[in-house]
Amino acid sequence: MEWTGFRLEVDLQLSGHGITAIFGPSGSGKTTLLRCIAGLEKSAQGFLEFNGETWQNRQLFMPVHKRPIGYVFQEASLFPHLTVLDNLRYGQKRAAEKIVSLDQVVALLGIGHLLERRPERLSGGERQRVGIARALAVSPRLLLMDEPLAALDLARKQEILPYLERLHDELDIPVLYVTHAPDEVARLADHLVVMDAGLVTAVGPLPEILSSVDLPIRIGEEREVVLDAVIGEIDAEWHLARMDFEGGSLWARDRGIDIGRRVRVRVPASGVSLALQPAEQSSVINSLPGQVEAIGEAEHPGLCLVKVRVGAVSILSRVTRRSLAGLQIEPGKVVWVQIKSAAVIE
Amino acid sequence: MFLDESALQAIWLTVRLAGAVTLILLLLGTPVAWWLARTRSPIKGAVGAVVALPLVLPPSVMGFYLLLAMGPNGPVGRLTEALGIGALPFTFWGLVLASVFYSLPFMVQPLQNAFESMGDRPLEVAATLGASPLDAFFTVALPIALPGYLTASIMTFAHTVGEFGVVLMIGGNIPGVTRLASVQIYDHVEALEYTQAHQLAGVMLVFSFFVLLALHAWRPDRRKG
Repeated sequence: MEWTGFRLEVDLQLSGHGITAIFGPSGSGKTTLLRCIAGLEKSAQGFLEFNGETWQNRQLFMPVHKRPIGYVFQEASLFPHLTVLDNLRYGQKRAAEKIVSLDQVVALLGIGHLLERRPERLSGGERQRVGIARALAVSPRLLLMDEPLAALDLARKQEILPYLERLHDELDIPVLYVTHAPDEVARLADHLVVMDAGLVTAVGPLPEILSSVDLPIRIGEEREVVLDAVIGEIDAEWHLARMDFEGGSLWARDRGIDIGRRVRVRVPASGVSLALQPAEQSSVINSLPGQVEAIGEAEHPGLCLVKVRVGAVSILSRVTRRSLAGLQIEPGKVVWVQIKSAAVIE
Repeated sequence: MFLDESALQAIWLTVRLAGAVTLILLLLGTPVAWWLARTRSPIKGAVGAVVALPLVLPPSVMGFYLLLAMGPNGPVGRLTEALGIGALPFTFWGLVLASVFYSLPFMVQPLQNAFESMGDRPLEVAATLGASPLDAFFTVALPIALPGYLTASIMTFAHTVGEFGVVLMIGGNIPGVTRLASVQIYDHVEALEYTQAHQLAGVMLVFSFFVLLALHAWRPDRRKG
């Protein structure tokens, strides 16, 4: 589709499970893409299929109200003439299938005490939670979220993120989540689509995209990988917690998270160094064996990125080219990965 | 009796006319206002201008053209003759037709404003929640635009009550049929019957004031402090 000054050309196959983040700067076309998928952009031309059902092609354009979607807008946009409960019921009454119950979404988003209120009497965070609950109440087969946290301050965001994580864990509805915030991608995404100026620049599972040394794709200021881990042990004496992932364990600061909880861990490449032997007499507390997969460029000619396979995950390390040459590091070599800083996302 | 029978008759006629015109314009004005608020058609400006004409045209101009159209050689006149209704000038329903044109902008413009200030978002939300366009109109657009409807109805009613020029030209001042209160007052003054003119004019003044009072009292407080 195109209109004056903007052109969107996208050719994608997206996963039917989990959360797919659509990431890019403002103006990259992410919201437009989401609206096209929802059917809100009538002038869009193309082909769209969901789960075997064609929503759009040359002859056909399935109208928005027939698509089994839920849409969360950036500014909640609750109906001002209805109470919270009536807002939730609006979609539920019209839903083709009734799989999700009102009680379920109310509990999931923690809005039970707000049901009789009018939207104008809610805070920004409360409104957004109601907006999410309302979209879920239609029992959607696909949930579309357009920068749902963008209009909120940091405290409200931190308040809502756990609810989104619960959504992810407790409901098996695929989500397309548009955002320009790296934190949200790191915390929530299973898959990633990166967009820029109306085009898709990368698509794939999150770990793969983040650890790629071929594409100059970054979501945050620094290159990093995100690991899925479980809290395995707490060392109360030294205030450390051990996080187990598919390939080993990492020790980091104890954040008060209970044993058994699943967390995501950010490992910036700048905090990872390489050695030919396990660390001894070093302040670095994490030293894991791995094998070099690939080497790529970093932002400065003196540096490079090394992708190391540790168990079932890939970790990036940023080292100087001089060290690389000195240690004779090349693809296939067995190395020890020293992780100095790993942060649990919270 | 504060007012004599002819005065009461004139008032009742006025209320009947204003009521009929308001109801008809509610039905006609809604689609027009909706279209104007939401279309991107190049003729939007022209249509809007035609709707707004009664705001600036002298009533005698409007009355003249309407009389011609409803007359035996005009398009409307020929239609009504063919349908067996007869000529419309000097009848109550002729007045209704003329008043519908004359009060059109008073219904359409507030409704158009209400629909415009609502924007696209509530309807997009309704669509994503499974509401068809018609469903969304009745369950979302109408309730949200309700203050606009109140304003438009009151303005249309009050404006029709205040008609004089068009009413005189099309209606012909026939007692009990087309002699509205505004015309009746004029007659009294011409005949130097100042007492009756005072009584009727006073009633109309008080009535208009209370209508406008109701309009302003019903307005939702937009300032949120």
